[in-house]
Amino acid sequence: MSAFWSRFRQNRGAVIGLVILAIVIICAIAAPFLFPRSPWSMVQRPFLPPFEMEGLPLGTDALGRDVLSGLFHGARVSLLVGLVSTVVALAIGIPIGALAGYYGGLVDDALMRFTEFFQTIPSFALAIVLLAIFQPTLAYVILAIAIVSWPPVARLVRGEVLSLRNREFVEAATLSGQSNLRIILRQVLPNALPPIIVLASLMVATAILLESSLSFLGLGDPNVMSWGYMIGAARTVLRTAWWLSFIPGVAILLTVLSLNLIGEGLNDALNPRLRKRTS
Amino acid sequence: MSLLTIDNLSIALPKGADRALAVKDVSFTLDKGEILCIVGESGSGKSMSANALMGLLPEGVTPSAGSITFKGRDLLTLSDDEMMALRGKDISMIFQEPLSALNPLMRIGDQIAEVFEAHDLLTPPERRKRALELLHEVGLPDPDQTIRAYPFQLSGGQRQRVVIAMALALEPKILIADEPTTALDVTTQAQILDLIEDLRKRHGMAVLFITHDFGVVADIADRVIVMQHGEVVEAGEAETVLLNPTHPYTRALLDAIPALTFRDSVEQTAQPILSVRDLDMTFTTRTGGFFKKPRVVKAVQKATFDLYQGETIGIVGESGSGKSTLGRCLVRLLTPQNGVVEIGGRDISKITGDALRQHRRRIQMVFQDPYSSLNPRSRIGTILTEGLIAYGEDKAAAREKAKELLTVVGLDPSAMDRFPHEFSGGQRQRVGIARALALDPEVIIADEAVSALDVSIQAQVLDLLADLKDRLNLSMIFITHDLRVAAQVCDRIIVMQRGEMVEFGPSAQVLGNPQTAYTQSLLDAIPGKAHEAALAKQKEAQL
Repeated sequence: MSAFWSRFRQNRGAVIGLVILAIVIICAIAAPFLFPRSPWSMVQRPFLPPFEMEGLPLGTDALGRDVLSGLFHGARVSLLVGLVSTVVALAIGIPIGALAGYYGGLVDDALMRFTEFFQTIPSFALAIVLLAIFQPTLAYVILAIAIVSWPPVARLVRGEVLSLRNREFVEAATLSGQSNLRIILRQVLPNALPPIIVLASLMVATAILLESSLSFLGLGDPNVMSWGYMIGAARTVLRTAWWLSFIPGVAILLTVLSLNLIGEGLNDALNPRLRKRTS
Repeated sequence: MSLLTIDNLSIALPKGADRALAVKDVSFTLDKGEILCIVGESGSGKSMSANALMGLLPEGVTPSAGSITFKGRDLLTLSDDEMMALRGKDISMIFQEPLSALNPLMRIGDQIAEVFEAHDLLTPPERRKRALELLHEVGLPDPDQTIRAYPFQLSGGQRQRVVIAMALALEPKILIADEPTTALDVTTQAQILDLIEDLRKRHGMAVLFITHDFGVVADIADRVIVMQHGEVVEAGEAETVLLNPTHPYTRALLDAIPALTFRDSVEQTAQPILSVRDLDMTFTTRTGGFFKKPRVVKAVQKATFDLYQGETIGIVGESGSGKSTLGRCLVRLLTPQNGVVEIGGRDISKITGDALRQHRRRIQMVFQDPYSSLNPRSRIGTILTEGLIAYGEDKAAAREKAKELLTVVGLDPSAMDRFPHEFSGGQRQRVGIARALALDPEVIIADEAVSALDVSIQAQVLDLLADLKDRLNLSMIFITHDLRVAAQVCDRIIVMQRGEMVEFGPSAQVLGNPQTAYTQSLLDAIPGKAHEAALAKQKEAQL
């Protein structure tokens, strides 16, 4: 563990990413305490520019709502959607990939054709269609994002399992009478974990972007304040009050960037042999 | 004056490595036309010395002191460009694994021509002509065909010949051979050694030959350097070093070579413990395209033998002879198409599912590679108890048993809580043996169980196996390509060639008085036999 941390620390970008992410997480946790009022409530006149009035450092939006409060509460939504949808996507993708890779043959063919079925549809279009069918609540937004993002997980896990399946320690486990399920869970998957962790960190970033895009189009949950919704609501006033789109945009950029940096750092730390290129 | 002089060379390892210097104060010379062998076990720094010579040290590893003088210049002070001009032209190198030394997407002719191209020599038609001559010279059959072949279409020995042809292209003064025959079969190894010997005579090249195998040294070396932990412990004429070693390490290494002596057969009990009849295993691979015929490989054909209680049967043969496939069929990692595998009176060649799972504990396997046969993310304790727990043993009882087993194989019970990477290759192989013993099997199959180990470790593991066999009355099938090892541990020997059992009988008979030309050729190819004869003579003289 300490060796892992010292390798992770060698990548300066990853440490910066971790710091940014920590700030975003603190904002998300602090939101209800710092801004106990609903972010939807009107507090001042509309279009108040940033740094003009004490107590409203980032000004107000087109309906006079506190932008800073929206930003803090939006962090909650973005992180929640990012994390939960990634967990759901992993829960779908890992079993499918593991079964396909371990059993091979017909099972593999069937599961991979099923996976390809999802991969051939543009993911964003599929997410829009799913939300058009479902109710636009936060739970369904998360589900829709998970449904469009699990196929790469399944393919990655399948590839890892394929290469691990014929290792001697897996054969030894077979010979010692362990059941297939046990071998997959105890022998194969723990060794496939590093690339999955890296992929997952990048998937959180993608999910945040997807949620923002959906909210921008007005397909998000209308009852929660999210960064995508803030940009979407401000797009009509882009020329007169550009900061209303710019500020949540920067928040999305920084969060996604931090997750990508962390992903890169994790990759370096978990696969020390592949780290040659950053010298 | 010597062709090459290495003076007090030290090579520093990066911080955090297990020792500060990979190579410490190494000095030697290499003369025109001589073969100098550097011998040592893994980690002795023998390859590092050669890589320093070529300017090919891995990242973070740098020469910290000393000099390498060639043609009046110190190679360690040359720039990258000067070194590049030198490589291939004056000093060239052949590697252990010929497959990874060749570009898989390039035809053989083009790869050889590239050597000339890199040094801006000759015109393209001339390069092609030279390539053809070189292929002739290294004794490849049908050079006109081979020049258009891709590496995957050649056998291991042929590939190594191509690599040698490339190394010879510019008539270098020095040829560095880093374990060039380790990945090859004995018969192929003998041919490659002959070729190197022959080329050295014809071109007057100096050869720096790096190996761990004293048999090879005895056959080929003029002079020998023995390295241990990065230091030269003994150097001298081959004959002197091999027959009258002065350093205890050299003596230990020489003693660890299994002698070609045979065991007496054990008495056969009435009932065989394992009985194999007409076992067939055929692999069919579709090579793409609906209309193409699938490729059919008859890996094992009509294998038939009985294994008795307390007996060890060796299965020997070259790579591709089907010996490992046969072992895998017996433990049912593979399902044979035809035939009967009877253990304790029950045919297990066809059973599946739960019946197979219940049966598995009766026949266990020790694997070849001590690094990939233990799950890197499990503690030793988990590795040893998993099987017992899968068969319904109580966890505490399983742990108790695992501790006992660790003692049996000569490890400390505290190993339970450690991970595989904390152990050396030999220790890991002991864990592998303990795992095979955990389920109290009736038969153990050892698939090249000592081939990946250094000779001295190999000797220890073989001793352990012999000891366990006597104490526990184990019945074992020992799969190996090394006839010396087979002679040492096996009561009876099966010789396999292209999937068929060509010879089967007591070790003394099969190895002492072979009936087939194939077995004879395997025996002839064992390196170091001349040395053994010399050693015997020396002993006689002393008596």
